[in-house]
Amino acid sequence: MARNLNKNHDVSRLRRRSAGLLMAGLLGMFAGVANAAWEISLQEPVTALARRVYDLHTLLTWVIGVIFVGVFAVVAYSLVFHRKSKGHKAADFHDNTTVEIAWTIVPTLILIAIAFPATTTLVQMRDTSQPDLTIKATGYQWKWGYEYVTGDAAGVKYMSVLSTPRDQIENKAPKGEHYLLEVDRPMVVPVGKKVRMLLTASDVIHTWSVPAFAVKADAVPGFLRDTWFRAEKEGTYRGQCSELCGKDHGFMPVVVEVVSAEKYAAWVADQKKAMAAVSDDPAKVWKLDELVARGEKVYTANCAACHQPAGQGLPPAFPALDGSKIVKGPKAAHIDMVVKGKPGTAMAAFGAQLSDTDIAAVVAYERNAWTNKLGELIQPAEVKALRGK
Amino acid sequence: MSHPASANRYFVPDPSHWPLVGSLALLLLASGAVLTMNSIANGGFVLMGGFAVLAVMLFGWFARVIGESESGSYNVQVDRSFRWAMAWFIFSEVMFFAAFFGALFYVRVLSVPDLASADQAGLWEGFKGQWPTAGPAAKDVFTPMHAWGIPAINTLLLLSSGVTVTWAHWGLIANKRQQLITGLALTILLGLVFISLQAYEYAEAYSHLGLKMTTGVYGSTFYMLTGFHGFHVTLGATMLIVILVRTLKGHFTAERHFAFEAVAWYWHFVDVVWLGLFVVVYWL
Amino acid sequence: MQASQHAGHAGHHEDDSHGHGPTGLMRWITTTNHKDIGTMYLWFSFAMFLVGGAMSLIIRAELLSPGLQYVSPEFYNQMLTLHALIMVFGAIMPAFVGFANWMIPMMIGAPDMAFARMNNWSFWLLPPAAILLTASLFVPGGAAGTGWTLYPPLSIQMGMGMDMAIFAVHILGMSSIMGSINIITTVLNMRTPGMTLMKMPLFCWTWLVTAFLLIASMPILAGAVTMLLTDRHFGTSFFNAAGGGDPVLFQHIFWFFGHPEVYIIALPAFGVVSHVIPAFSRKHLFGYTSMVYAIAAIGLISFFVWAHHMYVTGIPLTGQLYFMYATMLIAIPTGVKVFNWVTTMWRGSLSFETPMLFALGFLVLFTIGGLTGLVLAMTAVDIQLQDTYYVVAHFHYVMVAGALFSAYAGLYYWLPKWTGHMYHEGLGKLHFWLSMIFFNIAFFPQHFLGLAGMPRRIPDYAQQFADFNMISTWGSFGFGFSQLLVLVVVFKAMKGGVKAEARPWDGARGLEWTVPSPAPHHTFEDPPPFDPAEAHG
Repeated sequence: MARNLNKNHDVSRLRRRSAGLLMAGLLGMFAGVANAAWEISLQEPVTALARRVYDLHTLLTWVIGVIFVGVFAVVAYSLVFHRKSKGHKAADFHDNTTVEIAWTIVPTLILIAIAFPATTTLVQMRDTSQPDLTIKATGYQWKWGYEYVTGDAAGVKYMSVLSTPRDQIENKAPKGEHYLLEVDRPMVVPVGKKVRMLLTASDVIHTWSVPAFAVKADAVPGFLRDTWFRAEKEGTYRGQCSELCGKDHGFMPVVVEVVSAEKYAAWVADQKKAMAAVSDDPAKVWKLDELVARGEKVYTANCAACHQPAGQGLPPAFPALDGSKIVKGPKAAHIDMVVKGKPGTAMAAFGAQLSDTDIAAVVAYERNAWTNKLGELIQPAEVKALRGK
Repeated sequence: MSHPASANRYFVPDPSHWPLVGSLALLLLASGAVLTMNSIANGGFVLMGGFAVLAVMLFGWFARVIGESESGSYNVQVDRSFRWAMAWFIFSEVMFFAAFFGALFYVRVLSVPDLASADQAGLWEGFKGQWPTAGPAAKDVFTPMHAWGIPAINTLLLLSSGVTVTWAHWGLIANKRQQLITGLALTILLGLVFISLQAYEYAEAYSHLGLKMTTGVYGSTFYMLTGFHGFHVTLGATMLIVILVRTLKGHFTAERHFAFEAVAWYWHFVDVVWLGLFVVVYWL
Repeated sequence: MQASQHAGHAGHHEDDSHGHGPTGLMRWITTTNHKDIGTMYLWFSFAMFLVGGAMSLIIRAELLSPGLQYVSPEFYNQMLTLHALIMVFGAIMPAFVGFANWMIPMMIGAPDMAFARMNNWSFWLLPPAAILLTASLFVPGGAAGTGWTLYPPLSIQMGMGMDMAIFAVHILGMSSIMGSINIITTVLNMRTPGMTLMKMPLFCWTWLVTAFLLIASMPILAGAVTMLLTDRHFGTSFFNAAGGGDPVLFQHIFWFFGHPEVYIIALPAFGVVSHVIPAFSRKHLFGYTSMVYAIAAIGLISFFVWAHHMYVTGIPLTGQLYFMYATMLIAIPTGVKVFNWVTTMWRGSLSFETPMLFALGFLVLFTIGGLTGLVLAMTAVDIQLQDTYYVVAHFHYVMVAGALFSAYAGLYYWLPKWTGHMYHEGLGKLHFWLSMIFFNIAFFPQHFLGLAGMPRRIPDYAQQFADFNMISTWGSFGFGFSQLLVLVVVFKAMKGGVKAEARPWDGARGLEWTVPSPAPHHTFEDPPPFDPAEAHG
């Protein structure tokens, strides 16, 4: 039944709206305000699977709605007609085997009936075979890293960080349209292609979720899990990390841009070009000011969330770097901390995330910023040498 | 006694300050442990204080209960209550161990093979997933514990102690006090030898086998399971010693000896847990 | 009449009730009386309810509008963690243990709980645990900010506040296990002759099963947090993939405890409602036998559905299917219970005093919570709703409207027996209607937020969620402040008012109504004769 409806968008949309109204009717006070700002059902699906989930939810909402109304119609009748104040005398019965067997069997049959669509949808959901392209998403505290594993863009790799300005979050500036749901570099996929997502995390458990695709899967550190989607419509789709992952759990959105095959090809070409351009010469010898300037960018993207832009940190969980013993101590220990992190704390190992140049830059920045005026220069080659140890 | 003792009345104890002392002990223990684990000064003293207060409470409370029992305050119904309670307490202990056995089965059947499977392509290159393992990122080598050395001897010791405690029970029922005392003493002796061998095994593991708590998930499950079991054997042996002392003082009759039975049940429980350990931790 | 005969019988003990033992504070600290201990449990639970409630208002205030307003994200996470731990372990569970202490010995004709001194310890373990939990807010690093589920590796990152939460859980576990052993032993061994298990009041049945669930599941939680502790401090690798462990292992163990825990909270609530609805319908409970089987079935199945909390963790498809079907099974016995309550009212002679209003509120709202639970059971749909506000709405319908409303039904129902005075009916009804209306304003919109995709446990949200969040916040403040009315009602009843008869509700059955109101300090030192007319079955 649900499958037929998938082919007929109008009917399923009608059903969707009616399910929404039913939900609203349960409360009464929200009936009739089902406009965009008062969204009362699942997001508009853009994959066939999401539509099946949507219809399954609609079906279930109807089933539970009918059960609710049925049961409480009986209660309402009792409340009105079997009142003591109306002089109703209590009947004396307290068992009826027939009725009791009936209301065990009928719900069982209803459950069996809804188990069928629930099972087939789930089986389809788990079928990640034969993807057109595979992307690995890694959860970090608090951003997503994307790596295109197969397909035209294989090898493309970047971080996707919240781009909402701090001022908006702190109510110092008016909030934009996509407040908290915008990133600097969204994940880009071609329309109509089966995308297999591989998920993992580097520190704690995160959850990668895009409601419009009916996709939600945990990113568990040390394990790879997978899920998939095939988006049918171009557009930008937004979701959020859905497993509590620490301080900035609410600030690591998932943004997926679904584009046409041509635009995707152009995007891939751009990425490859950019990759070639920015790949640093690891042997390059840097001057202090250019390295510190680069380091500030790396710091803002990776470190400022915890250690704060002014380096004062949020002690005791996130120590200050301004005047810190490690930052003002020997270089090697400082680099080591950035590369390997500190196990058992929120200090992640950045060795795998950042290039030698970026690590050298950020360490140089930290050692020269704020009151830490050490005047020291770190070259990428030094980082490379230390990594080996 | 708040009311005149009556043979048919259920015994309801007078108000007592021991529960409050017990709560204080646990608060001190918890605070002390938190301070110690986070390397904060004087945590050790708080922890020691907690143990001291706990010891006082256990001594005082049980002395009170033994006194009430010996003065005949407990009727048959109270005796039945004690039996129910001990049975359910042992059940709760079974469930506590179930958590750790469950963890062991999970890592052996699910997580370790999963980490080594093709699904994790590229994440843990070269990890074979054979048990025992210290995990895919392990560097240090270790020798796993061999089942047919000390562990086998320990199995024999505990099984024999199950026999001796039952033999002691037969002595008690038949009013053969000497058999009771000998049986109890033998059981305690076997228990103590077991604990000593376990301690020796731990020392060996740390000094020669490279097998530590930090040795990945094998070390974790090994020490967690055998450690909690060893702690329970120590507890059981302590309770047996109390029972032996009470026997020497002339407590217990052929008809009324719930305390003896409770400790015997507990000892058998510890025995059964060991059999499980021997099979799944050491042998397989 | 039977009642007065018992009243006289119990009455002669009243004079010796205060003639011995410590007085003042020491009376409460050292008491071995089940009524004193029940009273302490209830007051403790209410105090914790206010503390946890204040935390929820901090959470809702922050969520009034988008943007960060009042608290930092770290503190927000600590609030939501402590709110849950305190409400579950400090407020709801002790409230029903308080009812059990007060009522079970009186319902089954026992002189006291089986182990009166251990009973006192079960209570006095709660304050140290509460101290550890609340004090953790003030240690370096603050309290655990992981949610009450304490999932690693996030919980491995936390500061010493996490260790305090772990030890608090250990102590609470000891308290629950001792309390449960006490209740099981009392129910199995202390019933008055003639009261067979199938004639026992249903509240005792629900507690018998609940106590079993507690004894079976609390040690599992203790094991889980112990592994967390050793992973944190002793270098073990249970939840660390690098050492061969798995963070998801914790979730399996936690939910093996956590799902029975849901029924640990719900079953005693079912028990209370199964007393109140027949009393105010002036009819026998419909289908007593099937109620008992349904309780047992729910208790049993609750151990086999835990991974329905983990559909998105990547468990295999076969696992998802099994847990989906097993979860759907729970709907059957739960449905039987609802149908039984509805049929109990059918052709009764209904009146609507405050206990009945709360029981009806329970019935309506718990059914909504149960039905949304059925939606969540469907794995494919749950994947859309997991960790969204839909889940938050669902479990608040079950926990607040289910357990809390039922606890209020019990409070108003038995308050005359405890204080000897009738409570103020007008205030009671006001309390019900304010609670009912504000509860729905606070939580119903959260279904919509969840459907639209708003994740739970976030301190700030996107603009499209603003309207419903605002409504929800105002509802929660209304709900929170309405609860202070209970204090007024209880104090008024304690101070005076219309004298309550031994059986203030004409439809009420059970041995507790055969003793005078207030119940004498010691009841049933000798087992009372069992009158089948008082039987529930």
